Amino acid sequence: MSGILRPGAAVEMAHGGGGMATTRLIREIFARHFANPILDQGHDAARLNLPHGRMVMSTDAHVISPLEFPGGDIGSLAVHGTINDVAMGGAMPVALSAAFIIEEGLPLETLDRIAASMGEAARKAGVPIVTGDTKVVERGAADGLFITTTGIGIIPEGVEIAPERIAPGMAILLSGTLGDHGVAILSQRQGLAFGTTIESDSAALHRMVGDMLAAVPSIACLRDPTRGGLSATLNELAEAAGVGMTLREAAIPVRPEVAGACELLGLDPIHIANEGKLVCICPDDQAEAVLSIMRAHSEGRDAARIGTVGASVAPGTPGLLRMETLIGGMRVVDWLAGEQLPRIC
Amino acid sequence: MKYVSEFRDPALAQSLAKAIAREADPARSYAFMEFCGGHTHAIFRYGVQDLVPSNVRFVHGPGCPVCVLPMRRLDDALELAERHGVILATYGDMMRVPGSGRRSMLTARGAGADIRMVYSPLDALALARDNPGRQVVFMGIGFETTTPATGMAILTARAQGLANFSVFCNHVLTPPAMEHVLAAPGIALDGFLGPSHVSTVIGASAYRPLVAQYGRPMVIAGFEPLDVLQSVLMLIRQVNEGRCEVENQYARVVTDAGNTRAQDVIEEVFALRETFEWRGLGSVPRSARAIRPELADFDAEARFTISEKQSREVKSCECPAILRGVKSPKDCKLFGKACTPETPMGACMVSSEGSCAAYYTYRRAETLAAMGAQMEAAE
Repeated sequence: MSGILRPGAAVEMAHGGGGMATTRLIREIFARHFANPILDQGHDAARLNLPHGRMVMSTDAHVISPLEFPGGDIGSLAVHGTINDVAMGGAMPVALSAAFIIEEGLPLETLDRIAASMGEAARKAGVPIVTGDTKVVERGAADGLFITTTGIGIIPEGVEIAPERIAPGMAILLSGTLGDHGVAILSQRQGLAFGTTIESDSAALHRMVGDMLAAVPSIACLRDPTRGGLSATLNELAEAAGVGMTLREAAIPVRPEVAGACELLGLDPIHIANEGKLVCICPDDQAEAVLSIMRAHSEGRDAARIGTVGASVAPGTPGLLRMETLIGGMRVVDWLAGEQLPRIC
Repeated sequence: MKYVSEFRDPALAQSLAKAIAREADPARSYAFMEFCGGHTHAIFRYGVQDLVPSNVRFVHGPGCPVCVLPMRRLDDALELAERHGVILATYGDMMRVPGSGRRSMLTARGAGADIRMVYSPLDALALARDNPGRQVVFMGIGFETTTPATGMAILTARAQGLANFSVFCNHVLTPPAMEHVLAAPGIALDGFLGPSHVSTVIGASAYRPLVAQYGRPMVIAGFEPLDVLQSVLMLIRQVNEGRCEVENQYARVVTDAGNTRAQDVIEEVFALRETFEWRGLGSVPRSARAIRPELADFDAEARFTISEKQSREVKSCECPAILRGVKSPKDCKLFGKACTPETPMGACMVSSEGSCAAYYTYRRAETLAAMGAQMEAAE
């Protein structure tokens, strides 16, 4: 190619200067990979025709290191992460924006690969990237590439997703295995090279969510257990809803490779980040129906019921999330204090 | 996970629990100290106490290397990083331990000190090779389990002529600490759950003199929940039958003689310190390792001058009594209030193996409720 993608070429400060170099960077990398009718209009702001209804909007900054990892890269992750945040609001995602902060010196080939992966993820998900921005900062002022994506979506009639709707007796469902993303990232970490075939679970969940809500509109709450893992997600929900929750450790799906890596490193999969899983809380008598819909999607094939919502409690009650352990004892499942992992999302 | 999940089997756990309930004499109580933090963690992580009768009680011992390291040694390590400008390589669980003035390696790193988290002393050796212009100090910490690896790193550094690598040695010994606990007045213990990994190195035979002298039985126990349950059953049987022996439940890994190759490395590299300060236990004679004088080139305490300092623990912190097994986390006013895993005041809260952290993480509601009841009773 005769463009900017020469072998060995890297992002320079000029690419963020607003001149010809910026235009070429946008045209030859971003516009090429993201191409869609709205972006192609080339306006400063994207114009969208939206159906009537309640809109959700969500934004997420991605600073993951390394930029490329088994099962994905920062580009596909930035698309999936924001689509999932919109979907967890009960909405069908409509469009995304993407802002790039690029460190001077990032190989243009890397940027091109990541933009291609991002474009492909958006196309596969059917959610176009309709507007964006690019900035270049001096070497050392960022770590290769940071991507912020914002998404909007429309909530269908009759759907009301909110932690306040969680009620005693409801079922707690998990869409698949825990810890795949966090362990895949950890396995790539400098100084901690261990051989593994574990791939990130990074995936867009909105289609599965759409089917779940269409069949069972009484679903009370959806959440994706990303940073802080399942423990943080459920503790948050229990606190917001003012209820206790009891999990069954034996029912929580974890891949043997992930369980092995966690054992070795002294980690608990319940605290580890996921990027393609969701927690669904629904009325007990709808649990089987929701599970069978989840299992019909590849992202939900390992879905399982992992616990039950307990009684309402007074605000400030500690230890809301409890778990029956593998051997039949009980324990509190706490938030993780501190963070000993590299940046993982 | 083969060879692990078998030791977490629910049906076997229930049958062991039944055997314990059947054999434990309701007319008496049993207090067993699990020496290792690893056991404390396993007991709480799996809710083992829910499977044993209420007259069988676990007393948590001082076998948590991070917990027993006195603040002074941490302050010394911070001085190495800050004043001598070395790359300080340390295991991750040291990072948040509070030193004097509530400073920690994490806060020191935030303020510019070059402190790196490593998973093995070999990572620290690699740091020394990759940074030939810098001094790299490995913070050697732990019981006999981690001592051989630190020793191997020193021998490797000598073989490779690495002149910029040294170790700040804080390795301690298990049997003298056990003896200290046994010799202290006011401790009512009926037996020990013996260490798992430590025993792979020093062997089951290392505890016989102690068990004979102090008349308390010991069962060396693996770290999985079924190991703990089976060991409790073995201890109850010893107590009921009036036996006092070192039994080895963890025979799939621990031998009577231990790992003699590892013992040789320890002997080659380390000497015994006359005495060493333990957090909670105070000065314990011949309880810690120092690097032998002939390897002084690799001894950070010989290579760098470390200033005299007064390091004061937080006064109302009950870590010392908790580490000796005479108090429980619920007896500490700071627990769950001023002292949490996010803002630890004492070492038992900061290490995930510490008993306060275990109570906080796995039994917080019950512990806080028990504290409330104690307060009301006092009023």
